[in-house]
This record gives sequence, structure tokens and C-alpha cells, in this order.
Amino acid sequence: MAGITLSHLRHSYMPDPKSRDDYALQEINLDWDDGGAYALLGPSGCGKTTLLNIISGLVTPSEGSVLFDDRDVTRLTPEQRNIAQVFQFPVIYDTMTVYDNLAFPLRNRNIAEPDVDRRVREIAEMLEVTDMLKLRASGLAPDNKQKISMGRGLVREDVNVVMFDEPLTVIDPHLKWKLRSKLKELHQRVRATMIYVTHDQTEALTFADQVVVMQLGEIVQIGTPVELFERPKHTFVGHFIGSPGMNVIPCSIKGDKAHVGELEVPFEGPVSGKLTGKTEIGVRPEFVSLVKKGLPATVRKVSDIGRHIVVENMVGDVRVTAIVEDNPPEVGEAVQLSFDKMQTRLYCDSWLASQPASTAGRKAAS
Amino acid sequence: MKTENQKAWFFVLPVLLLVAFNALIPMMTVVNYSVQETFGDNVFFWQGLDWFQQLMRSDRFHAALGRQFMFTGIILAIEIPLGVIIALSMPKRGFWVPVCLVTMALPMLIPWNVVGAMWNIFTLPDIGLLGYFMNKVLHINYNMTQDPFAAWVTIITMDVWHWTSLVVLLSYAGLVSIPEAYYQAAKIDGASAWSVFRHIQLPKMKQVLTIAVLLRFMDSFNIYTEPFVLTGGGPGNSTTLLSIDLVKIALGQFDLGPAAAMSLIYFAITLLVSWLFYTLMTRNDAN
Repeated sequence: MAGITLSHLRHSYMPDPKSRDDYALQEINLDWDDGGAYALLGPSGCGKTTLLNIISGLVTPSEGSVLFDDRDVTRLTPEQRNIAQVFQFPVIYDTMTVYDNLAFPLRNRNIAEPDVDRRVREIAEMLEVTDMLKLRASGLAPDNKQKISMGRGLVREDVNVVMFDEPLTVIDPHLKWKLRSKLKELHQRVRATMIYVTHDQTEALTFADQVVVMQLGEIVQIGTPVELFERPKHTFVGHFIGSPGMNVIPCSIKGDKAHVGELEVPFEGPVSGKLTGKTEIGVRPEFVSLVKKGLPATVRKVSDIGRHIVVENMVGDVRVTAIVEDNPPEVGEAVQLSFDKMQTRLYCDSWLASQPASTAGRKAAS
Repeated sequence: MKTENQKAWFFVLPVLLLVAFNALIPMMTVVNYSVQETFGDNVFFWQGLDWFQQLMRSDRFHAALGRQFMFTGIILAIEIPLGVIIALSMPKRGFWVPVCLVTMALPMLIPWNVVGAMWNIFTLPDIGLLGYFMNKVLHINYNMTQDPFAAWVTIITMDVWHWTSLVVLLSYAGLVSIPEAYYQAAKIDGASAWSVFRHIQLPKMKQVLTIAVLLRFMDSFNIYTEPFVLTGGGPGNSTTLLSIDLVKIALGQFDLGPAAAMSLIYFAITLLVSWLFYTLMTRNDAN
């Protein structure tokens, strides 16, 4: 097992990249601890699979280096790096039994048969596939096939890191959460460094201690699920995480106050740096409430999603959603909106520009 | 409510008619000939199963059948592994893929009697490129019109040249359908090249290979034109395969009865072997 360091990493699929657009992956610097659970989250085509393949050694980066515990592995093959990877579609050796499938990575490394047997049974036990060990793997259902693929990844005791590339894509929804919790449990049992790639926020947020959000080949934020929810560093993170995503409302700046239309909208704290460019207010629907006097809006749509009610409002031509518990307004009704000041952020050119009041206060005091 | 009527028969009727006229009726004519004797003028004498019994005891038939199995066996043993090896060594993508595919498909586009004629000229000892090279440059005595061994080598080489590309194309289609993830997973699992072939490529090629073996078996078992044009069944009877012998009996000697009986047995053998092979391959799948 190993910690992972990515230093000045960049990658292009072109032989001779010139401009920034030629790179599938912009410069990345990262430090991951040994034994952690990490997720790479982002929409399709954002470069997360490229990054994963660079870490596993299937792709050699154009620039920069990959280090496992200070050992440079950039030019090593996946086999030399001693990693395991689970792919989007279950990879199964059709001709073998489940047992032989699980034993395959160990037998290829000439491990003694008694050790192979012990390890295979241990993993089968963990994955709850012991009763299938004698079956031909080709006849299994997709979720069991994916379990076997995972098992092959976990069966070696000395792997540096186990990687999952959207492993639940082909699994039925009702089995997804089962496998997801199984994975979490496995991580706690084997304590290997695990990296999980997905475009599904629920999968990323439930699995990982730390989530890396990517967009257009660039890391936009690294943080715990709570940080990503509470303080998205970029409006993209706000949109992408949360259901529904964060509201982003264009605003104008007068002095150090933000105005939407003519109305002042207070936000959390002081602004860091100069405000040059497009400014926006960001607030999650959870912190928008319907009040007597506030920002005027028209209700466009009301959806009861069981746990709470999502109210979609129009402020001018900007959509602002609010989450309410009861007494939803009628569609077409004129309402007034208010934002929780401490949870309202200011964004400049899509990047977070406001600071929390308390840390700013502390800074001013010191 | 489910209504029941006989309308569906009308939809099947065209197919039934087509099959009747192109297969069943000609086939029944052959059955008709196989149990009678005729000297022309549309006069027939009932023979019962005489022709079949005669054929079963005929050394000539046994020899032709033996040659036929030997020919098919040898070309399968060469073409299938060779086709797989070529498919494995072909590039997976890029400029050279269409070049390889088209070049390889060329022999299959040549009419069969032209193939025979080409090889005939190619192997002539005085003027043929191969014949001249073997005799005059390498000083190996090579004359397929006199030496049965040389004749066999030539018809087998010709068939390999003509049809290996079919196996290559089918195997290649099977190979490119394997997702990249399988190779990546195998790399990570530390699999050797042999393991990758044995556990990933071969199982994924199994279905197309079954088709390839079936097609090559049927085609080579029924082969007529190319060896007929090339060797005419000689020297002596050494390359007289079943179909060549059949034509000799039917058109050369005008023994329509025995030829019909031979046709039926010939057909039965082709059908039986194909069925056996296909059943064995697919039964393996079900387990």
C-alpha cells in the first residue's frame, strides 16, 4: 500500500501539444495519503479516466511524474506498479470458474497454491460469493460478474492501490447501493488506498473521504463531501453536486455590496481579492426561503419529491429553486425570496470570491 | 381475445415454394434416379437399393472418400491455425488495417476456375514462375502432372492461398470486438501472452471460429472446380476427390443411377459431419 503524489502532471493525446486546448489534462499537483478512499468526480469527458489510467500506468503522461511513496513510477507498467483496477464493464475470464478467476492474479505471480486458496476463500467470503466458487463465471449476472472483477482487484495482499473506473454503471439500480456499501465496508477491512472514478455524485460522496471534482481536464476542487456541499469553490461544483444544484444568480457590485436588480443581497463575509469580471451570487436551494419581504419572483414549477418540496422560481429570467417543507405556493404566484446570509457566497468569474465571516474576523484580529 | 385462423400459411407459402423448387424437387429427382437404372430415352428400370449396396462395397468410392477426408483434414489443420495467427499479428487500428483487409480479401474475389488456371500456369515446369524456380533454380524435381506428391502439395497450397483469408477475416472480426478493458485487466492481473490468448482471445473468437471451420469444411469437402482445372484428378487418380469422381461417373460414364446414389451419400456425410461439429461446439457453450 502506498500514498500517491502527482507532481506537475499534464497529459495530451496529441504527439505535439501546443495550446492549452491540446491537453486532455491540465497541470495537476496532488498528494494522497496511504489507505485513503478518494473519488474522482466529473461529467463524461472531463479527463477523470485519463487521470486514473495515468495513475494505474495504462497511460504514460506527457509531462510530470507519478510517485508511490516517493518512488517515481511514471515509466513503470501497471504490473510493475502493483496496482489493481476494476473497469466499467465487468471483465471476466469466461472459460474459468469463479474460483479460478479470483485465483488468476495470484497464480500469475507464482504464489503457492495453499496461499492462493486461503486468499481466494477470504475474498469470496467478503464479497459473499462463496457459494458460486465452483460455477463457470460466464453464466453469472452482471452484478456478480462485477463483484468477481472487484475480487480480482482485492485478492492480492500487497497491492499499492485499487482503482475503480465507474464500476457500477452496468449494475441495476436496486443492486447499486448494495455494492456501494459493500465497497465502503471492503475499504474499511483491507485499508488499501482506493480511487473511485464516477460521474454520479451519490457514489462519490458516499464512498470517498475526499472527492476531487474535475471539469474540462482540470481539477476544480478537492475536498470532503461536506466542504463540496457547503463551500463550492467554483459554480460548476455548486451545480454538479447537490440535488437540485446550487442557484447561481448574476449580480452587480456597488461598493462592497452585491445587488440583484435594485435589491441588495447580503452574503457571508468580506471579499478576497479584486472583483474584476462577471460576479454572481451562489446559494443552495436548501438555504432559500419564501418570506413576506425579499427578492420578488414568480413560481414556475412545484415538485413534491417526497422528503420535501422543490419550488422553482423565476427572478427575471434567472431560475432560482427553493426547498420548502410544507405549504408550497401555487404555480404562477408572485413570491418573495430570502437567502440565508451565512450560506450565501459571492463568485467572481465562476470562482469563489467571498470568505466566511469568522475566519476573516480572525485574520483582521491577528 | 386471441383469434385463430390459418392466415399465417400464406406468409410462409412463398418461402416454401422457393425451397421446393430450388432444393426439394431437384433433390427428389436425384432420389428418383438413385433407385432406378436408365439407358436414356426416358426408360427406367427399378433397381431398389442396388446402387447404394454396390457403392458401399466399391473400392473406388472408398479411395475417393479417403482422399476427400485427407484433403479437408489437411487444409483445415493448416488454414485455421494460420488464419488465427495472421489475425493476431494484424494491426488493431490505423492506416494498415484496410490495406491488410483488402489485400487479403483479393484471392477470395477470383473466380474458382481462374484460380485453377492461374495455378496451373504458375506451376508449369518450363514456363511457370514456381515450376521454373523449383526445377531450374533450386534443382528440385517438381512436376505436378507426373508426381502425385507434388500434385497434392500444389492443390493444398492453392486452397490455403485461396481461403486462409476467410479464416483471417472472421478471426479478426472476433478479435476487434474484444473491449480494450480485457487487455488492460489482463495486464494488471499479470497474465502472460499465452494466458491472454488462451483465456481472452480464443474464447472470444470461438463463435466465429466455429463458423469458419464449418464453412471451410463444407466448401473444401465439396470442392470441385479448382483441383479439376489444375490436375483434372491426376496424375492417375491421385487427386480425384469425391466431386471429381462423381462427375466422372455421372457425365463421363453416364451412370446416372450410381451417380445419384453417390450424391445422396455424399450429401449425407457433409450434413452429418457439419451437424456433429456444430452440436459439439454449441453444447460446450451451454454447460
